[in-house]
Amino acid sequence: MARPAGPFPASPARPRVAPLLLAALAGTFALALWTAEVDPRRLVDPRALSHAGRFVAGAWPPRLDPEFLRFLARPVAETVQISVMGTVIAVIIGFPLGLLATASLAWRGILHERTLGRWVGFVPYALARALLSLFRSIPEYVWALVFVRAVGLGPFAGVLALGVAYGGMLGKVYSEILEAVDPRPLEALHAAGARRWGVALYGLLPEALPHLVSYTLYRWECAIRASAIMGFVGAGGLGQQVELAMRMFQFDEVLTLLGVLLVLVGAVDLVSGRIRARLAT
Amino acid sequence: MPGASWVYELAEVRKAFDGVVALDGVSLAIERGEHVAFIGPSGAGKTTLFRILNLTLAPTSGTLRFDGADVAALTPGELRRARRRIGSIYQQHNLVGRLRVVHNVLAGNLGRWSLATALASLVRPRELETAARALAQVGIPDKLYARTDELSGGQQQRVAIARVLVQDPDVVLADEPVSSVDPALAAALVALLRDLARATGKTLLVNLHSVDLALTGFPRVVGIRQGRILFDLAPDKVTPELLELLYAGSAPEAQDVAALRPGAVAFGKACRPLPGFTR
Repeated sequence: MARPAGPFPASPARPRVAPLLLAALAGTFALALWTAEVDPRRLVDPRALSHAGRFVAGAWPPRLDPEFLRFLARPVAETVQISVMGTVIAVIIGFPLGLLATASLAWRGILHERTLGRWVGFVPYALARALLSLFRSIPEYVWALVFVRAVGLGPFAGVLALGVAYGGMLGKVYSEILEAVDPRPLEALHAAGARRWGVALYGLLPEALPHLVSYTLYRWECAIRASAIMGFVGAGGLGQQVELAMRMFQFDEVLTLLGVLLVLVGAVDLVSGRIRARLAT
Repeated sequence: MPGASWVYELAEVRKAFDGVVALDGVSLAIERGEHVAFIGPSGAGKTTLFRILNLTLAPTSGTLRFDGADVAALTPGELRRARRRIGSIYQQHNLVGRLRVVHNVLAGNLGRWSLATALASLVRPRELETAARALAQVGIPDKLYARTDELSGGQQQRVAIARVLVQDPDVVLADEPVSSVDPALAAALVALLRDLARATGKTLLVNLHSVDLALTGFPRVVGIRQGRILFDLAPDKVTPELLELLYAGSAPEAQDVAALRPGAVAFGKACRPLPGFTR
């Protein structure tokens, strides 16, 4: 006998998948623990401790003599320049691709309600999306290895690596920001006979600009950190000095370099944070 | 030439969104230079009709002729040129808040400007006198360089009207242009629209939330209910019975209609006693 229909709908059957899902999660965790060789005992192993002790003993006091500090000016400047140029190239790559990858601009939405050939816009859209995901799915350090092979050791390889990897990220996020813009003012421009570029110039971009700039500055903060590290694969900057000092067991220099890096990253965060706070209004 | 004086001719226009019918067979003809008010409860399809008339949406079926030409047969270029001749004023949110007023007003030129001119104007505004004159006409000449999102709702609506003045279309469509401002300002803005349209001989079609404003300011009133035209009459032929039928089942508007009866207080005081509304 079916139950009489009450005033409320019957509550849905409790899903049976939860225990299964939980078991799968536990299995994955156990497997990861084993294959990633997670073993806390190795941290307190006497050999490991003596290695660490040697590093700490060698690192203190950090090397702060004027000669070394003067020498550092160049790698510091190089790191900043790599990050700035890398971000500029990332914008040059990411902005046009981001526009193409914006669905509302390329083929979907009110601008295309009536155009027959809207599938024409879909091809560049799909290509731009594919290119952007290729650029950003390969980490900047791997790109740096590739470009070191192509253009040789030095900052230019780092600049190109940042430009390509961050171009992919910027383009993806730009397109998401542009798609989130309120479509109603855009519809008004379109209804008055504006072409697509008119809608973009007088509606889309002004509305999105603070978000676009803010995200670009945030990427620049990341670029400073990345450009410092990219020296490890020979792409210039502070990272290259860290790598050299490590290899020469000059741990006092390593400590100075890490301190400089900390100050540099902090300063960039501060500057970019200030600008972004002002943009938010 | 038959039909040469019709700006719009609609025959059995239907519009459905994912199977939900918004307009269910609307036939209508609008003469050049006419002033028409559309009234009806929320959800009746007035905004859909507005977006079909300003060539933003295409009808699902039926034919729409603009200035004698079947809109469905227009090429994208012809469609854009047709849109240039239709100015639209929306309920709200149709300006770009982060741009200065001058750029929002000059955006009325985008249908004519080249890319280079449009870009240059963002740096140094072109046709500044046109923009300034339009703002003076709508009564806010001092707001030329104000940031648009810092203006009040009524001032923003004036900027939207100024943009349409710069666009200088043959037809002005306004979709509930005054439902987000107070009643006194609403009456002033509708009067402004009527005066500007009359001075330049433009056709004016307005969706109105306020029955009062429609009946007192327009020689032709179209009532829309459930996606169909219920009546299409001169205001003195619109009886209380028709209005009650129009708004039957939609409480807030029915109250507004009741408030129009003489003797009822509310802000209907300012309007003339309507024929037929006797105790």
